[in-house]
Amino acid sequence: MAEVEIKNLTMNFGPQHPAAHGVLRLVMELDGEVVERCDPHIGLLHRGTEKLIEHKTYLQAVPYFDRLDYVAPMNQEHAFALAVEKLIGCEVPPRGQAIRVLFGEISRLLNHLLNVTTQALDVGATTPALWGFEEREKLMEFYEGVCGARLHAAYFRPGGVHQDMPDGMAEEIHAYCEHLPGFLDDVEGLLTENRIFRQRNVDIGVVSADDAMDWGFTGVMLRGSGVPWDLRKAQPYDGYEDYEFDIPVGKNGDCFDRYLCRLEEMRQSARIIKQVLDKLPDGPVASTDGKMVPPTRGEMKRSMEALIHHFKLYTEGYHVPEGETYTAVEAPKGEFGVYLIADGTNKPYRCKIRAPGFAHLQALDFMAKGHLLADSVAIIGSLDVVFGEIDR
Amino acid sequence: MADESISELGEYIAAALASEVSGTSVAHGELMVEARADAIVKIMTFLRDDQQCLFKLLIDVCGVDHPERSERFDVVYNLLSLKHNQRIRVKVRTDEMTPVPSVAGVYKAAGWFEREAWDLYGILFSDHPDLRRLLTDYGFEGHPMRKDFPLTGFVELRYDDEQKRVVYEPVALTQEFRSFDFMSPWEGAEYILPGDEKAEGQA
Repeated sequence: MAEVEIKNLTMNFGPQHPAAHGVLRLVMELDGEVVERCDPHIGLLHRGTEKLIEHKTYLQAVPYFDRLDYVAPMNQEHAFALAVEKLIGCEVPPRGQAIRVLFGEISRLLNHLLNVTTQALDVGATTPALWGFEEREKLMEFYEGVCGARLHAAYFRPGGVHQDMPDGMAEEIHAYCEHLPGFLDDVEGLLTENRIFRQRNVDIGVVSADDAMDWGFTGVMLRGSGVPWDLRKAQPYDGYEDYEFDIPVGKNGDCFDRYLCRLEEMRQSARIIKQVLDKLPDGPVASTDGKMVPPTRGEMKRSMEALIHHFKLYTEGYHVPEGETYTAVEAPKGEFGVYLIADGTNKPYRCKIRAPGFAHLQALDFMAKGHLLADSVAIIGSLDVVFGEIDR
Repeated sequence: MADESISELGEYIAAALASEVSGTSVAHGELMVEARADAIVKIMTFLRDDQQCLFKLLIDVCGVDHPERSERFDVVYNLLSLKHNQRIRVKVRTDEMTPVPSVAGVYKAAGWFEREAWDLYGILFSDHPDLRRLLTDYGFEGHPMRKDFPLTGFVELRYDDEQKRVVYEPVALTQEFRSFDFMSPWEGAEYILPGDEKAEGQA
C-alpha cells in the first residue's frame, strides 16, 4: 500500500459564525475532526473602552459599562459604582442597596436565560432559545420601567441608583418570580434528560478544580468544577449577607454541570429577589450628598444650591480623591472587577476592566484540545462568552 | 477582612521576601506590595505556594502608564486567595526597553493578560510563550493605551467601493477634537488664566 502523507488541516472559524457567540475568530488546527490547536483571535469588537473612560468624568464612564457585557449590563455598572464609592468613601442608603441587589439578580437571570438557551441552540435545540427570549423580554420590561432603557441602562450610579422604582413594579417583579420556576421546569424538561443534549454536553470540556484556578476561572466556570466560591458569599457587597441563598456547585467540571449550575442559580436569584422585595426598606435610593449625586429635577427648579450642584455635577463632575482600588462583583459570568486609579481630578487616571470571559476564553485552547470540532462549539457555549466584555 | 490581618500578611510577605519586596501598604482595606520587576517570578511562586498566602488565582495583570517617570510603566498583578479569602496587589515598575519576566509559567492565566499589556502599552515580557498582539487590529502600529497616544488614533478605515476592500487612511476630523476643561479655575487650573499675563510685574 502506498504511503499517504496526512497533513493537519488549518481551519478558520468565525468571525461571523452563529455558534461563535459574537465576533470570535478561531484559527483551528484539525487532525481529521479532532482539534489539535485552537487559537482564538479576539479584539474584533475592541472599542477602546478603557481609553475612552480615561477621557470622561466618572459619571460619563457609567454607560460604557453597559456596553461591555451587554447581556447583563447592570452588574458591570455595579462594580464601577462600588469602586468609585470606595475611593470617595460614600455610603449608599439601604433602599439603594436593596434595589441594586434586586436588579443585579434580574441581570443574572437575563444572562443565564440567554446562556442556557443558546447553549442548547448550539447543540441543536431551537425551542429553549425561543422561549428564553420571551422571558428575557419580560425582564427587560423591568429594566425599561426603572430607567427607560431595555439594554443600556446607566442605572447604577456611584452613590446609589438613578431613580426609584415606579409604583407597582415591586408587585410585578414578585409575580414574575412566582412564574419563573415553572418556566425553568419547562426548560429542564426539554433539556436535562434529553439524550442529544446529554450526549453533547456530558464529559465535554472537563476542567479540574486545579486547572480552573490556574487559568483564573471564576463564577460558574469555577463552581462547575467543584470549588464553592461566590463573591456574594465570600466578600459580600451591598447587603448580600442579609439574604439567604445557596450556591450550586458542580461535580465533574464538564459542560453539563455548568448548565445545571446556571439553572439552579436562576432559581436562587428568584429566591433573592423575593427576599429583597419582602423587606424593601423605605428612604432615598441614592446618597444625599449633594456634592456627588445630582438633585432631583423638582428640587433643581426651586433651590439655587441644587441648581449649582446640578450644573457642576453635569459639567465638571465630582473629584475623586487620589487612590486606587480593585473592586469586584460576582457578575453572572464570573468575577467582574474594576481596577480604578484616581489622581484627584474629575476623570479616572486608569480604569482597567477585568472581564471574566477574557480569562475563560483564554483557556479554550486547553479545553478544546483533543475534542471533536463540534464539541468546541458546545464548549464555547458553556464558557458563556460575550465579546463586549472580552474585547472591551 | 480586617485591616489588621492584611497588614500582618503584608509584613509577613515583606519579611519572607526582604530583598525582593520594596514596600507594602494597605489602603481601602486592600493590600499592595511593591516589588522588584526582575524577581517577579520568585514572588509570584511564593505567593501561590506559601501556606500563609495560597494566592492560587491570578485575577488580572495590567499596565499603567506614567509618562513623567523614567520607569514609566507599572505592571499590576491582582491575586486572589480562595483559601484565606484575601486579595493582594503586586506592583512592579519597568520602562519601555526593559522586559519584565513573564509569569505565564506560574499562572497559565497570565498569558493573555500579558499579551494585552504588551499590545496596549508596549510593555515587554521575557520568556513569554506567545507574545503577539491581542486586542488591536492586524498590523496595528503603536500602543494605544499609552498616555501620549491620542484618543482619536492615527488611522481610520472605510470600505472603498472602487477597490472592493477596506482602506486605511489618516484620521481626518471635520472638526478639531475637543477636550473641554471643566476644572474650576480656583482649584485645578495649571495654566495662566486669560488676562493674568498683563498683571506680570505689576504686583
